[in-house]
Amino acid sequence: MTISIDPQKTNNESLQPKGWLRYFSFSLDHKVIGIQYLVCGFLFYLIGGTLASAIRIELASPMSDFMPRDVYNQVLTLHGTIMIFLWIVPVVNGAFGNYLIPFYVGARDMAFPRLNAVAFWLIPPSGLMLVASYFVEGAAQAGWTAYPPLSITTPQSGQIIWILSVLLLGGSSIFGGINFIATIIKLRRPGLKLMQLPMYCWAMLGTSLLVVLSTPVLAGTLILLSFDIIANTGFFNPVLGGNVVVYQHLFWFYSHPAVYIMVLPAFGLVSEILPVHARKPLFGYTTMVFSIMGIVVLGLVVWAHHMFTSGTPPWMRLFFTIATAFIAVPTGIKFFNWVATLWGGKISINSAMLFSCGFIINFVFGGITGVALAQVPFDIHVHDTYFVVAHFHYIVYGGTVFIIFSSIYHWFPKVTGKMLNEKLGILHFTITFIGFNLCFAPQHWLGLNGMPRRVAEYDPQFQFVNQISSLGALLMAISTIPFLINVLLSMRNGKDAGDNPWNALTPEWLTSSPPPVENWEGESPLVEEPYGYGKEISEQK
Amino acid sequence: MTTLDSSKETQKNNSVDETHEDFRMFGLITFLIADGMTFAGFFAAYLTYKAVNPLPDGAIYELELPIPTLNTILLLVSSATFHKAGKALLKDKNSDSQKWLFFTAFLGIIFLICQLFEYFHLPFGLTDNLFASTFYALTGFHGLHVTLGTLMILIIAWQSRINGGRLTSQNMFPLEAVELYWHFVDGIWVVLFIILYLL
Repeated sequence: MTISIDPQKTNNESLQPKGWLRYFSFSLDHKVIGIQYLVCGFLFYLIGGTLASAIRIELASPMSDFMPRDVYNQVLTLHGTIMIFLWIVPVVNGAFGNYLIPFYVGARDMAFPRLNAVAFWLIPPSGLMLVASYFVEGAAQAGWTAYPPLSITTPQSGQIIWILSVLLLGGSSIFGGINFIATIIKLRRPGLKLMQLPMYCWAMLGTSLLVVLSTPVLAGTLILLSFDIIANTGFFNPVLGGNVVVYQHLFWFYSHPAVYIMVLPAFGLVSEILPVHARKPLFGYTTMVFSIMGIVVLGLVVWAHHMFTSGTPPWMRLFFTIATAFIAVPTGIKFFNWVATLWGGKISINSAMLFSCGFIINFVFGGITGVALAQVPFDIHVHDTYFVVAHFHYIVYGGTVFIIFSSIYHWFPKVTGKMLNEKLGILHFTITFIGFNLCFAPQHWLGLNGMPRRVAEYDPQFQFVNQISSLGALLMAISTIPFLINVLLSMRNGKDAGDNPWNALTPEWLTSSPPPVENWEGESPLVEEPYGYGKEISEQK
Repeated sequence: MTTLDSSKETQKNNSVDETHEDFRMFGLITFLIADGMTFAGFFAAYLTYKAVNPLPDGAIYELELPIPTLNTILLLVSSATFHKAGKALLKDKNSDSQKWLFFTAFLGIIFLICQLFEYFHLPFGLTDNLFASTFYALTGFHGLHVTLGTLMILIIAWQSRINGGRLTSQNMFPLEAVELYWHFVDGIWVVLFIILYLL
């Protein structure tokens, strides 16, 4: 069955608000929704970053003197939840996905524009609810994992608001996932084959599969947890005959794939950025596609490596160690592909490229510690120490957040039609890179020496290293200033970008900057070789 | 030609006649897979509890089978009557279709009444023990799906009225979507019936 377009219905243009008011409306334009996701996510990033600074100030001294211990627990819970559910997941999926995917498949919008707008508008209320829970009776204190029995015994109201908020955000994420799958599979321009799609489409297809398969399990689990808290049932309460390990299994069935939900889109984005600024085709397109799908499949069967100390039986430990180690194979393939893309390229050292290279460097560290953590004997030693904190932040900050910044530098000219200032961009990168490594590299040492995470007080022997880490956090906080100045100034006074400042070949650069409402003036272009850099020159020879 | 109004109007994938395939069903199937994963999580939790958490002595019940068996039959029959409604609408027999839809909704309501009747006559309450909690969580979550389904059937039954209804043989999607959802809910009930009552 096909659907034809009724010309009479498409004629109520005047109902849509114009100018900046669009960004506060229930707009159905995928580009507006993408920017809504990005700006909303960035505001929550600032809140989450402030909380992170508070944590590092507290940890600059061994005693809990900056804030009471229960407030510290609330701060770290809010920091984790905000950064994961309100900054990284919405931005790296929702913002860039909504902006870029319709261009990449040659469509005028997403498959379900209304669902798309609903998915976005679930985010601000649930985020505000989460932040506001601090002022009720204190926010949730059980960490972003909300492990029972801790989450059952801490004050109820904060935990319940936390659950409601995460349920809404999960719903938003599922709606987004359905939309991306339908757009990529069903809405491709006639003549565009799957294996001609830019890599970000593949990354988003894999991510959306993970979202659709795993997020509902988290939703179900949190509903059971809320029954335990409100109705006094005993699903996860050992006193009432329940089983806490079942919660951990169900939680990590979502939350391990969640790591891939955060990092796979970043893999896709870096695969778009590197070829443009290195002027070379993406190395190993087919292997890249298969490794993404390999990560999706393996990512669903490794969750129990978070639970090696939860009384997990030996056969299960063995299986999950092996499965986790296997994930290093597709990830390694992608990694070598990026390095091979850079190899012998005509590399321009600009902010986008620097952040992408920073990603590659940080991600090697995060990847290696990840393989180490998959080994049971090592994991038992460092479980719940700062080693895990360092590993995690190397993946999600050093990996994904670096790519978010890289993507902002790369696509800002397309979105606004203005170039960002390169000097401020390079300053931003330098401070971020130094600050990030100064903050998190020492935490490996802290963890190996036994400093537990999520505790406001620690052994005084760790003070010096913690202060180095806090200094790094200060640099990271400062690094936001040149970025904000850069964005705000360039939006007004930046130099005009033109339609295609990077001479890129992917479809979004083949329309005007900023793009018109339905993406193309005429028919969408058929881009069969999104990475065909250097082709013409070699053919001329 | 620039307003983004709804999925069917905005999505022109630039073929010459500016039409595209109808993928609303595709989206619904993706959603049902997600919904099925929620149930899969609940079932996995229930089976794990059964395997590793021994219940205290007073907490092992022989569940009465007549009502849930009747409920299984009700839902299976309602799937068939829903299918009849679709067939009738395809042949432009709107009033027949409407009758079948109302009958399907009636079966759904009977199912819910039987479910409530069973709840009131069970020897355990929500917080009595782990089995009781899981039992109510599973059947309750499924009952919520049946409630939503019944409401949706009533809505499309109203929409299939002869004068001015938007549900016609040219616009079958609302009926097809609710039908797929209803079959899905029935399928979940069969699995639930097997692992909760028979295992």
